[in-house]
Amino acid sequence: MDFLATVGRAFLAFLSHVGRLSAFAGTAVSHVVRPPFYPRLLLRSMIEIGYYSLPVVGLTAVFTGMVLALQSYSGFSRFAAEGAVATVVVLSVTRELAPVLAGLMVAGRIGASMAAEIGTMRVTEQIDALTTLSTNPFKYLVAPRLLAGLVMVPFLVLVADIIGVFGGYIVGIYKLGFNPASYLARTWEYLEPLDVISGLTKAAVFGFLISLMGCYHGYYSRGGAQGVGTATTNSVVSAAIMILVFNYIITALYFGK
Amino acid sequence: MSGTPKIKLTDVHKSFGQKVVLDGVDLSIARGESVVVIGGSGTGKSVMLKSILGILRPERGSITVDGEEVIGMRSKDRDRMMLKFGMLFQGAALFDSLRVWENVAFGLIQGRGMERAKARDIAIEKLSQVGLAESAGDLFPAELSGGMQKRVALARAIAASPEIIFFDEPTTGLDPIMADVINGLIVKCTRELGATALSITHDMASARKIADRIAMLYKGRLIWVGPAATVDHSGNEFVDQFIHGRAQGPITMELRA
Repeated sequence: MDFLATVGRAFLAFLSHVGRLSAFAGTAVSHVVRPPFYPRLLLRSMIEIGYYSLPVVGLTAVFTGMVLALQSYSGFSRFAAEGAVATVVVLSVTRELAPVLAGLMVAGRIGASMAAEIGTMRVTEQIDALTTLSTNPFKYLVAPRLLAGLVMVPFLVLVADIIGVFGGYIVGIYKLGFNPASYLARTWEYLEPLDVISGLTKAAVFGFLISLMGCYHGYYSRGGAQGVGTATTNSVVSAAIMILVFNYIITALYFGK
Repeated sequence: MSGTPKIKLTDVHKSFGQKVVLDGVDLSIARGESVVVIGGSGTGKSVMLKSILGILRPERGSITVDGEEVIGMRSKDRDRMMLKFGMLFQGAALFDSLRVWENVAFGLIQGRGMERAKARDIAIEKLSQVGLAESAGDLFPAELSGGMQKRVALARAIAASPEIIFFDEPTTGLDPIMADVINGLIVKCTRELGATALSITHDMASARKIADRIAMLYKGRLIWVGPAATVDHSGNEFVDQFIHGRAQGPITMELRA
């Protein structure tokens, strides 16, 4: 009976958590579309997410493209299909690797930072202070970050697409000895708009989820420095899990048949 | 006391899980009056303030401000109601990312839509009222001492000339001289504004200096309310023990949470 009670309690806690997160997301989205708006804060969040994440996303993309070219060449050479390397690189990068890896990197960098910042504001009563200064914390803290995540992660993924393909190109040309013109031709030959669009759709969803989890865990953090630390960890872990789950769902929606 | 009370609490109950924090609080504060609520740590003083501000929602009872019920008030109406309030938080709760003058002017710019240049002039004026030079306005909160942060928080609380000001442990963490300076500023600022003040503290020197009336909160109830001048002859053994800081008496410390 104790075991069943424990399972039941855990399940109820899970449902309560899901309910609270859904209510938080609903409230946050409603504040994104209702005035007053805070363009300054939106711009700051966009720069923080888009501009300052460029180096880490760029590095991730270039090495991913390079490794992918090496691995696919090594594997495909077993059945004389080395010519598919450029196609495999561009499809893998645009459809999967750029959005997922960029999403995970941004979750580590931005999601953690949001949770820590908002969490610190919570435990030092700065969020209560906002309320007493006639400023809705959802509008001021959450809405700009959600919108910035939604807009800027696709931008990052677009850059990662280009850099990732470029990484594959460098390895293909300078290490594997492909002809530059034919490598580029192969890159374009099988690439369809849907490949890029599906990746950007994922990026927009991931961006929203990263910001949502960062803001949610920060907003409900409790208990001083330890609580902020826990909120930061939870935001990164939950964002990473949601990225992987939604990656499958979106892939199934686009390419399931 | 005549006319509608500025703030009136009637049979207010608030619990967190099994823990009852407010257990039927009744308090009436007249316009322009300064009431100080004293009581030990964890007796529900901050919860009472946050319930009036709408940051926490009591399960039962009534709280009115100028005769208007605030429990269950819609978000928009609450934002309007908040324009009447100023609050000095225990830990100052200054926004780390904003300069001192921006902290002071925050409610004017965000809450009332005032132009930044005009709001800055008012912020500098308020800073001078609490004894801070104009140059301090361009610093960040982290560059200030604890006493200066409290002064900035006081300047922020009075910046919009509120009708009601709450002071949450205004002298906690300050040396006795700085505490007396802050108490003096509180008396001066509230008198100049003609504001109604509700303070919570366990610092009796502070309570004696800023209160017209003192109320003592114990186990979720106000067990004594009377003029500040009579607190030393209250005839209440709980009040006597508290104001003299004696370990022996009817108030027992709960050593276990």
